[in-house]
Amino acid sequence: MTDTAALPADWRDILALTKPRVMSLVVFTGLCGLLAVPQLPAFALGFTAILCIALGAGACGALNQWYEVDVDAKMRRTAKRPLPAGRMDRQSALHFGVGLGVFSVVLMGLATNWLAAGLLAVSILFYVIIYTMWLKPRTVQNIVIGGAAGAFPPLIGWVAATGHITLLPVLLFALIFLWTPPHFWALSLFVRSDYAAAGIPMLPVVAGVRNTRRQIFIYSLPMAAAAVLPWPLGLTGPIYGVAASALSAAFVLLAVPVLTNRATEPSGMAPEKRLFGFSVLYLFALFGALVADRWIVW
Amino acid sequence: MISDEEIRRRQRDRARIMGWLLGAFVILLFFITLAKTGINW
Repeated sequence: MTDTAALPADWRDILALTKPRVMSLVVFTGLCGLLAVPQLPAFALGFTAILCIALGAGACGALNQWYEVDVDAKMRRTAKRPLPAGRMDRQSALHFGVGLGVFSVVLMGLATNWLAAGLLAVSILFYVIIYTMWLKPRTVQNIVIGGAAGAFPPLIGWVAATGHITLLPVLLFALIFLWTPPHFWALSLFVRSDYAAAGIPMLPVVAGVRNTRRQIFIYSLPMAAAAVLPWPLGLTGPIYGVAASALSAAFVLLAVPVLTNRATEPSGMAPEKRLFGFSVLYLFALFGALVADRWIVW
Repeated sequence: MISDEEIRRRQRDRARIMGWLLGAFVILLFFITLAKTGINW
């Protein structure tokens, strides 16, 4: 018989360390960025680029959980993760996260190009150091600035396929950057007590529920503009333009009942839950429309 | 306290998965090499 500390981590816990659900959105937007390019790369290189984006996102998840083990232990939503639940030791998570991050960047550089690898490295470092370690525990602007980390995948996908940066992937970056605050603030409204218990200065905890609702609505307007902009600029066609206009109008319309809601308890926050659910669908549908617009011939 | 059998089982699981991943990586490198050198498969 051996002490529990000597037990090797189960592979399911190692997988959970990479936050597979978050990874799915990152992989999807990265894939769409890659599929929206004028000329596709060889399948093996495109596949490797998306694999590297996924591995980089996994590294971010592992390093985030390594750093936030004490915070995760205080929140219901995260207390069962491998580290706070004691199923894995911190050092293993650190080694796994750093190893995965370095591997993803080197493989990206060797398979595609070093500009894409550099962007991947910047996105990992930005998420771990700027967002997780610096902004998240200190400032109410954590999600606003930290949102840049999640906005990189379509840009990386595009650069991996083309080798250079153009206006469309920059606008896609801006879209996710502006989408992140209303998406996370809608969530943080109905899990506010969790963030307060963990001492994380999310907007509803610091500035109040009413101010957060106002900010959600305000941010949804430039987000909608950034989503539609590629169409009038001639960077996309009508499939994307119509889809972006309709989806963005629905997003803003769903943000209106959030703005006017006066509930302070999660049980009365149906508009916030609806907006949060729609925000995930919104991004999937928007990027799906981008790819459809590129590949469906009228 | 954890039995030695449980430790061995986890080590076996991890070794098996690592073996599959390394095999997949070798295959991936093969196809990357083909694509980079412009050889049509």
